[in-house]
Amino acid sequence: MSTVYALLFIVATIVLVLGLARKIVQYAKTPAPLKIPTTPAPVTQTGVVMRMFREVVFFESLFKSTKWTWIFSWMFHMGLFVVLARHVRYFVDPVPLPIALIQPFGIYAGFAMVAGLGGLFLRRIFVDRVRYISAPSDYLMLLLLIFIGFSGLMMTFLIHTDVVMVKQFFGGLFTFSGGELPMDFALIMHLTLVAVLMIILPFSKLLHIPGIFFSPSRNQVDNPREKRHLAPWAKKLEES
Amino acid sequence: MAKAKFETPELSEFVDVPNIEEGAMAHTTCFVAKPEHQEPLGFPGEKVDDWHDRAIEKMGDLLSRYRSFRVYLDSCVKCGSCTDKCHYFLGTKDPKNMPVGRQDLLRKVYRRYFTFAGKYFPKLVGAADLTEEVLDDWYSYFHQCSQCRRCSVFCPYGIDTAEISMAAREIMAQVGVGQKYCNEIIAKVFKIGNNLGLPGPALADTLEGLEEDVYDEDEVAVKYPLDVKGADILLVTPSADFFAEPHVDGLIGYGKVFHEAGVSWTLSTTASEAANFGMFIGSYENMRRISLRVREAALELGVKRIVFGECGHAWRVAYSFLNTLAGPFDFLDPDYPVPQHICEFTWNEIQQGTLELDKSENDDKTLTFHDSCNVARATRMGDTPGGQFDIPRNVIKAVCNNFYDMEWDTIHERTFCCGGGGGLLTDDLMEIRVKGALPRMTALQNVMNEKGVTHMAAICAICKSQFTKVLPYYGMDMYQIVSVHQLVSDAIVLNRKTPPEEAPGYGEDDDD
Repeated sequence: MSTVYALLFIVATIVLVLGLARKIVQYAKTPAPLKIPTTPAPVTQTGVVMRMFREVVFFESLFKSTKWTWIFSWMFHMGLFVVLARHVRYFVDPVPLPIALIQPFGIYAGFAMVAGLGGLFLRRIFVDRVRYISAPSDYLMLLLLIFIGFSGLMMTFLIHTDVVMVKQFFGGLFTFSGGELPMDFALIMHLTLVAVLMIILPFSKLLHIPGIFFSPSRNQVDNPREKRHLAPWAKKLEES
Repeated sequence: MAKAKFETPELSEFVDVPNIEEGAMAHTTCFVAKPEHQEPLGFPGEKVDDWHDRAIEKMGDLLSRYRSFRVYLDSCVKCGSCTDKCHYFLGTKDPKNMPVGRQDLLRKVYRRYFTFAGKYFPKLVGAADLTEEVLDDWYSYFHQCSQCRRCSVFCPYGIDTAEISMAAREIMAQVGVGQKYCNEIIAKVFKIGNNLGLPGPALADTLEGLEEDVYDEDEVAVKYPLDVKGADILLVTPSADFFAEPHVDGLIGYGKVFHEAGVSWTLSTTASEAANFGMFIGSYENMRRISLRVREAALELGVKRIVFGECGHAWRVAYSFLNTLAGPFDFLDPDYPVPQHICEFTWNEIQQGTLELDKSENDDKTLTFHDSCNVARATRMGDTPGGQFDIPRNVIKAVCNNFYDMEWDTIHERTFCCGGGGGLLTDDLMEIRVKGALPRMTALQNVMNEKGVTHMAAICAICKSQFTKVLPYYGMDMYQIVSVHQLVSDAIVLNRKTPPEEAPGYGEDDDD
């Protein structure tokens, strides 16, 4: 059984890395022929980096829009971020100091994450406009993440998992030396769902993760009069 | 076609986010382009037999040429942030007028044909085949988007529905289902030089008439020159400025500002149109062809600077795209940005003190300012971000004593479109135009009630035409919409007097 999971995680990692890399290359290669930043926009590259930082870390545009969605999604994303950072300790040894320090916060973050996801789920059901635009995959994605968070919390509060064994398993995975996974229900559910998430990420709306960095309305400098912007295919039009 | 009956929404103090009403605007559609409107633009005259395959092929082509299109189709997480931001949704309740609802009409086809999930699990991810019904939906709802970009302000990924609408219109035009209004106008630009099909001699007559009008009123010979070689400034302005009200009062104002600033300027017959409807239909090639007229006119007339008149989408193409489409402009005076907005020009002159302004001339009015969508969210004026909000207001405040802004969430980057932008300014779309104006009309009525505002100024030909038509539907007066340079025109004191021999009609017989 542990071998199956070892294989599953190797496959999931390959799919995630190659799938994402493929999309990132595709986005990077596709030209943006026109200057279309949503203005007022920064007039310098540094300004663009700041704008992107505010967008990625604080969800600036969403904050301007609707406070409920912002609260729920910020709780979820920041919770997830801290939880992921906390998980680093299962993969590296010795554990770096910052990772050791955030361990207690990771627990609260786990609750914040699940609560935020719950809020987003309820919003999807009860706001008629959001219900209208939701496909089955939109609900399933939230459920997947909720169950991942829930099974993770279960391991801390209900059925304690032998994390030392888990760490040995993943350590073994890196060195292909094998290792046994504890066969707890919560852990198996947690790991299965995480693998599923990793596999579907490059084929789903989770592409918003690389997408935001390539969004021309957010990543372009507002300087069209000062600097001529020309896509390769548009240049060909001039030569013909 | 019988005039469609519809009810004008009632104005209240707030625009409530409505509950959705599916299919509320499904009946609204606009005239399809005929072969004579399609072919000059390089599109097939009629709907082609293999439209399905060609549409998918075109979508693939656009996906490879526009990063925005690809990233925006992939990135939407259906968070709902944009759902209550579109004026057309607020005015019609139709969920396909929610920005994401509109995008999804195309996204579901993209997913079906271009993504793994959509190919193998279409039901799960909401993917769908491109059918006759889907194409009809596209035609209907992608012509209910004014490409105003309000949704893109609030989207956490900056997804701009305008980009999707433009792509959809490009695909439709490529399979022979173009929009009559836009394509007919573009064909006119190619043939005659402007959107209204105003030929050179008619233009010369009109400008002469303006000179006489100004002379009759102020006894100063302000010139409105056409095709003057060697002039310093080429003014490119929307053709509506030549005769429509209140546009023409703005043009009179530009002339007076140039006169007082003591610069030489000219209009051009061949580039007698600032607007570029190539953007509305998403066609880079047509947009470029229209833009090149400006470059050619500038070269032919040997000007040093290019200034654009009051026009919203035109300013977007001018400010953001002109350098790309028709540049480089290294043959012009490098001391000035290319192009400049007339408001930038006037504000510079005001700051330098070259204009004498008598604000009291506008004391009969209390003003507010409508930020035109494309100026607000797709361009800039001056050197600092947000100049597109401040400079027109600075100009207004320099020529008027009474000015009040509308509510904060209806101005600046949050401004609402007038309801007629993006190729919708046609009578066959009157219902969506009236309903889409609801948020702006609400904000205007509030500032009228609370601050006693009497007039609303704008810097866009479409906004001016749209409000002239739509204000009466909401029980207001069509003359409440004014040009910013009309206010300048009224306040400016003409100090550069003309010798009598330069007066219009001097020495001619008085028998005409």
